[in-house]
Amino acid sequence: MDFTRRETLALTGAAALTFVLPFRANAAVDDAIANFTGGAAVGDAGVELTAPEIAENGNTVPISVSAPGATAIMILAAGNPTPGVATFNFGPLAASQSASTRMRLAGTQDVIAIAKLADGSFARSSKTVKVTIGGCGG
Amino acid sequence: MASGVKPRVKVPKSASAGEAIVIKTLISHPMESGQRKDSSGNPIPRSIINRFTCEFNGQSVIDITMEPAISTNPYFEFEATVPEAGDFAFTWYDDDGSVYNDTQSIAV
Repeated sequence: MDFTRRETLALTGAAALTFVLPFRANAAVDDAIANFTGGAAVGDAGVELTAPEIAENGNTVPISVSAPGATAIMILAAGNPTPGVATFNFGPLAASQSASTRMRLAGTQDVIAIAKLADGSFARSSKTVKVTIGGCGG
Repeated sequence: MASGVKPRVKVPKSASAGEAIVIKTLISHPMESGQRKDSSGNPIPRSIINRFTCEFNGQSVIDITMEPAISTNPYFEFEATVPEAGDFAFTWYDDDGSVYNDTQSIAV
């Protein structure tokens, strides 16, 4: 079976699309981000998200976020049935705008952190976590 | 609803004024996500703690809103500034309306 160059390109393109589409189709994530930022533009610098590259157990994935000077940080799991994870609001006595917790991940996916910085702008950071056993039961 | 809920908080006994201390909190809670099904296939209703706050002498340190994606026995670690001697008040708000409290005092 011979493929011409054109056919090969078309096939690879189609295959790539099938992988990319499920993530793009997740409108709930975009909605959650828009709710948090109020539609403002989101920059890249200013928030750091620490998560393991490979998590064996999706039921407890340790993560930590820090964003110096931020007033709030929202964490989203793009591939979970409900993408919201937690929102940290820092008060005047918070010594550093950082926190750690443990979260559930349904499968291999991107974890996103969005920080609201002191000047009202927003920063975003994301990290892909590979999950061996999903954390949603069933 | 949720039985056997027990908050555990780790705060240093003393600190110098203005020092940043690390606080670790853990509360035993099933954090039922609402996604799981029981043996007969019926979904188990959601039952989580949806909010956690930490205050020092009435001033807010951190206020966390939680979603079902937070693990069983929610654990948090964060840093707080201690301007004077006083009490840290920790409050967890359950979906069923229960409120769990813990306080820890710190000397300067």
